[in-house]
Amino acid sequence: MFFETAKLAWRAISRNMLRSFLTVLGVVIGVAAVIAMVTVGNGTTAKVQAELSRLGTNTLFVRPGQWGPGRASSEAKRFNDKDVLAIQEQVAGLRAVAPVNRGTATVIAGGANHSSSVIGTNNDYLIAQDWDLSLGRSFLANEDRGSQAACIIGETVRKELFGAANPVGQNIRVSNVACPVVGVLAVKGQSGMGDDQDDTVIMPLKLHQRRIGGTTTISSIILSAQDGVATTKVQSDVESLLRERRRIAIGREDDFSVNDMSQIAAAMTGTTVLLTGLLGAVAAVSLLVGGIGIMNIMLVSVTERTREIGIRLAIGALERQVLTQFLVEAVMLSIFGGVSGIVAGLALAYGVVSFLGVPFVASPTIILLAFAFSAAIGMVFGYFPARRAAQLNPIEALRHE
Amino acid sequence: MTLPPIITFRQVSKLYGHGEATIRALDHIDLSITAGEFVSIMGPSGSGKSTAMNIIGGLDVPTSGEYLFQGIPTSGFDRAQLTLLRRHMLGFVFQGFNLLARTSAVENVELPLVYRGMDHRERRSRAMIALEQVGLKGREGHTTQELSGGQQQRVAIARAIVTDPAVLLADEPTGNLDTRTSAEIMELITRLNRDNGITVIMVTHEEDIAAYGKRLLRFVDGHLASDHAQAKEHDHVL
Repeated sequence: MFFETAKLAWRAISRNMLRSFLTVLGVVIGVAAVIAMVTVGNGTTAKVQAELSRLGTNTLFVRPGQWGPGRASSEAKRFNDKDVLAIQEQVAGLRAVAPVNRGTATVIAGGANHSSSVIGTNNDYLIAQDWDLSLGRSFLANEDRGSQAACIIGETVRKELFGAANPVGQNIRVSNVACPVVGVLAVKGQSGMGDDQDDTVIMPLKLHQRRIGGTTTISSIILSAQDGVATTKVQSDVESLLRERRRIAIGREDDFSVNDMSQIAAAMTGTTVLLTGLLGAVAAVSLLVGGIGIMNIMLVSVTERTREIGIRLAIGALERQVLTQFLVEAVMLSIFGGVSGIVAGLALAYGVVSFLGVPFVASPTIILLAFAFSAAIGMVFGYFPARRAAQLNPIEALRHE
Repeated sequence: MTLPPIITFRQVSKLYGHGEATIRALDHIDLSITAGEFVSIMGPSGSGKSTAMNIIGGLDVPTSGEYLFQGIPTSGFDRAQLTLLRRHMLGFVFQGFNLLARTSAVENVELPLVYRGMDHRERRSRAMIALEQVGLKGREGHTTQELSGGQQQRVAIARAIVTDPAVLLADEPTGNLDTRTSAEIMELITRLNRDNGITVIMVTHEEDIAAYGKRLLRFVDGHLASDHAQAKEHDHVL
């Protein structure tokens, strides 16, 4: 009986192929858009996460303010030298403690100039961020204290300013600060977010504070735990130490945050969840419109086939059987639209993903969801026309021209 | 005969409309039809003959009075019960054939069996037998459009008898056919009545078609004006 009904429905749909296609176009576009966006989004997230996990899970980031989507951090008090010193002295199991101030400046050497990110930090930064040197050396103690200027430059900066020549020992000017190049960083390439990690100049924190930032504070601290030390232990130690130092009363929320990579990754995924929610809303609207299209055409179809319905009712079809027939037709239509949408969406996503150079991550959940949702659309919007068909008066239906 | 009549009307009335505009399509009709009869119903339009057919066919219900099928009162029947009465007991033949368009003859004949939930093979073999009975063997694959009017009406008759109904209801079965084809269809209906014992109730406005029936009812203004047996005086015109 079900097979019979499905066959009938298919016949009714295929009899008017063009109309059927136009009817479900709304559903096709809605589903395709969602599938494409989610798939591309998944690919991007996967790439970012891969990058983050490569940096290691034993790295902790200490920032002022609560960090995460929708949280402002600018109002919280920044750190100072004594905070860094206290962490170095009082927290056990640390391999590196690197205070970090960031800025952007124009770097000049000879006739060439280049705008680059400038980081003020110490030698621990190279350890925590896993940087190797391809040329030269790291900072000496007197340079670290700020009594002697020194810069380590990334590969991109080297290429821009010195071409093929060896820059070690040469002078550069970073925002009017004269600074001899003491080392060159080994190539790292693009980050997960797509920016060039080699486009950077590293200088001692003191020099950066005084000459670039014009400040005595520190905007963030990067910590690296020793191998075999639990980052959660380090994290809670740093948190209680900083609470004490920043005089946060018991029960009050931290005005800083200590996160490891997985937490940052989770926060980013949180942003994706928010985006996915928004996307879902857009999808719901477009599928609603698609559903109304299906209902419209089903109503037309019921009117067109009034006589046929009359014949069926007269020769012994129950209301339920006529209802089922039209419902199956509507569901088949919308599933047809849903499946076309899934295929089109995946194809579109594949194209975009190849263009962006991120992995193709098709989510079975969202595909299944799109399928189920399109079937439900047919069920909901097909019900009213189907009921109208089932409740026709057979005498009048048979008289219908 | 201890068996109750197959069709019984007790004071059946049917009213349409309200107040001043009320039309009394049937006015206290008493009628009974025994199994195996061939009844012709005549009357001018508006006489109530179609209303009577619709009530017999379970497509309409009386405003007052009682319609009994095989002695069972139908007044408490809901839509689904009336549908089941049609499905299991009645076969319909219409003036306009009312076949499904773009559908093959055999599929049209199978249709009532589909709603009974019969499996494909049994359906097909029963439909083929019915088609053979109406003389359309070999045409089962033709769609409605590929058949002549007479052939379409034969398919419709096959569809009506494929369920072995107790009563065949024919509403102007020859209304859209020429004289010669009409005679063929009437021969077929007569044979089904005579050989298969199907009770036939037929509405027509043509005297010579009505003459095929063994009993003639005449409706006028919602009343039964005459009801008498008739002998079939003419052998077929072929």
